[in-house]
Amino acid sequence: MTAQEVRLCGLLLQEHFGNVVEKVGTHLIRSGVLTLRALAHETKLPLDLVKKSLCVLVQHGMCTFGAGRRGPAGPVEYRINCEHIFQMLRYPRYIYTAKSLYGDTGELIVEEILQRGQMTMSSTVKTVADRLTHNMPEGQSMDYSEVVSAFSQLVETHFLQRCPPLASAGSSSSGAVDTPLPVATQPTEPESNPDCYKLPYINLTGQLLQSKHSSHTEKHLCGDDGIYWQVNFQRFHLHFRDQAIISAVSCKLDQTSSEIVRTMLRMSEVTTPAHAAFTQALSANEIFRALQSSYNIARPNLDQYLSLLVDDPMEFVGKTGDSGGGMYVVNLHRALANLARATLESVVQERFGSRSARIFRLLLRKRHLEQKQVEDFAMIPAKEAKDMLYTLLSENLVQLQEIPKTPDYAPSRTFYLYTVNQLPTARLLLQHCYKTVCNLIERRLYETKENKRLLEKSQRIEAILASLQATGAEAAQLTEVEEMITVPERQQLESLRHHINKLDSSENQVDETIFLLESYINSTKTSR
Amino acid sequence: MAGSRGRGRSQFTFNVDALGFGRGDSLPTSAQTPSPLFPPMQFRPVPLQTGEEVDYMLALKQELRASSKNLPFHIKAARTKTDVARYSDKYQNGELKNNCIEWSPDWSRMPKELCIKVRKPRKTGAKPQLKQKPKVAAKKEEVLQKLETLEKREEEQHSEEEEDEEKKKQNDEEEGPDADEDYDEEEIEDETDYIMSYFDNGEDFGADSDDNMDEAVY
Repeated sequence: MTAQEVRLCGLLLQEHFGNVVEKVGTHLIRSGVLTLRALAHETKLPLDLVKKSLCVLVQHGMCTFGAGRRGPAGPVEYRINCEHIFQMLRYPRYIYTAKSLYGDTGELIVEEILQRGQMTMSSTVKTVADRLTHNMPEGQSMDYSEVVSAFSQLVETHFLQRCPPLASAGSSSSGAVDTPLPVATQPTEPESNPDCYKLPYINLTGQLLQSKHSSHTEKHLCGDDGIYWQVNFQRFHLHFRDQAIISAVSCKLDQTSSEIVRTMLRMSEVTTPAHAAFTQALSANEIFRALQSSYNIARPNLDQYLSLLVDDPMEFVGKTGDSGGGMYVVNLHRALANLARATLESVVQERFGSRSARIFRLLLRKRHLEQKQVEDFAMIPAKEAKDMLYTLLSENLVQLQEIPKTPDYAPSRTFYLYTVNQLPTARLLLQHCYKTVCNLIERRLYETKENKRLLEKSQRIEAILASLQATGAEAAQLTEVEEMITVPERQQLESLRHHINKLDSSENQVDETIFLLESYINSTKTSR
Repeated sequence: MAGSRGRGRSQFTFNVDALGFGRGDSLPTSAQTPSPLFPPMQFRPVPLQTGEEVDYMLALKQELRASSKNLPFHIKAARTKTDVARYSDKYQNGELKNNCIEWSPDWSRMPKELCIKVRKPRKTGAKPQLKQKPKVAAKKEEVLQKLETLEKREEEQHSEEEEDEEKKKQNDEEEGPDADEDYDEEEIEDETDYIMSYFDNGEDFGADSDDNMDEAVY
């Protein structure tokens, strides 16, 4: 765990769960694996608070536990899963995707499950129906069956999955005391459970009655006790990756090509495993049949588009055979590598100018170049080229490789070659992104703290206004209350809101870059 | 290498032009201070993306942040008792306790050692949990019984107060929480003649930030 990653985890935990969980979480990240007693002792927090924090973290899937080094007889050890904490940054994107695919109902389902970590199907359906009913006009109410159907759709397309059962749960009875826990080093994969995507049978009463007060939650069994559902982040990530590839194709080529690629990706959604480098081979005949008729692409045109896609230097689509009119695959890993490369080039361009970007692109393509060759190929005067190269070198975006002619590394008899390695540079940029997000969050906290008094005052006045309006006050009273905030204060509030919106928006945008770079780095890991 | 030292004393062993400064020039001055915290940027950053999607995700993010503060997963440490037990503690909200958890997780999915008492947020019916039942000595029955009933009534009120305050927290935020709480406390309160909100035990007096020492403190 790098320092920036630990800092980001701490800030995210603090934002969502408070200071106590943040302290426990960061200490556990730094120490690796700890038992409960050791954790309480080292953080100097009361044992109960530590227990509560660990409950919260386990509930949300950010902490895993298992039998420790001393085996099943020893104390339980806890370990934090950092990727899960970073995904908290991406919650708005997941919810928005669910909304665009499955409407408001899907959006609320995913939002509820994300906020609570894991939920049973029946409680999710009830809570979502409650919320939808509250937003509906008088007299209407939400039918449970609609929510259940949205839930089933999410499960069928694998966006939701069952939480993996504990290894001991199957064999133990309810009164067992010493159940052996799974080893902490191997967390059970949710996909290893054969029932991962099976919907339980639940019986809920048909319709929720519109009522003024919120109904109290009674624990009556709905037939699915003990089956908890969580969001399948990997599936969402595959969806985002596909979206990124499709938009890249539409930017580089044109809309029709992107539709063809979208069709190919959709056809191979279910058959392609998560970490595959290519999709399944699809024949041109299949693609033609699967294309939606609204695009109106004739068969020979399709062949032309496919050959264009194959010949494109970005290599999104590859041809693997000639049967069935030509077998085509989408090169997923190569597409991710190209997208990451484009991101790196764009970053250099925006920070150092277009000529430095030219040098950077040159080095990416030509691998190793001497200083003289860089100046010649980039067509930039020597002095400026030297300056730019050294700036890039000092930022660690470009590396120097020494090739000695003699064993004593004498400077006059050594070649000095400049080079750019894509993978280490991507990792470096990813760390910069984490640092950026940390800085953005801290700046937002600082701005909020500076104007705390003003924010509290405006909240109080809003509450007063709301209560006055509810009791039907006159317009004169309302304006009198509104005037309690002076005009310069209003301006200050407005500018504060504008700043905070900008900082939040920036966080979302940096997160998109983080996603791209993380996907690229993960794709290189699995191909080893 | 040692042999060639005597020959061309002012010759460098590498190509000097590549360095960027001539032979007779002095070395560029070295920096004595750490690099500035906000270094001046050569190029302005690209403006942020705009659009309906971006605005919606921004609103979602802010909503999530606000609502996560109200969920029971947001853990706050209980306030430690400062110096003396005060009369007002009984009537002020001392609800946050370290030893109970505000939501009920599925204990079968958690390790046994994390098990902690679950605090029921709302009680169905008006039966409060009577925590202490003082043992009644047979001799001083009347006095003790009277004390007992008074205590029970007090605990009922106290737990009803807690109940009401929890209910308020869990309802929508539209209603002004302050007004309702004061109103209920006035109703329930019959031990003292004073309205709760008027009571100020002076703990907050010195605790406010004393950063701005320019203004005189009265």
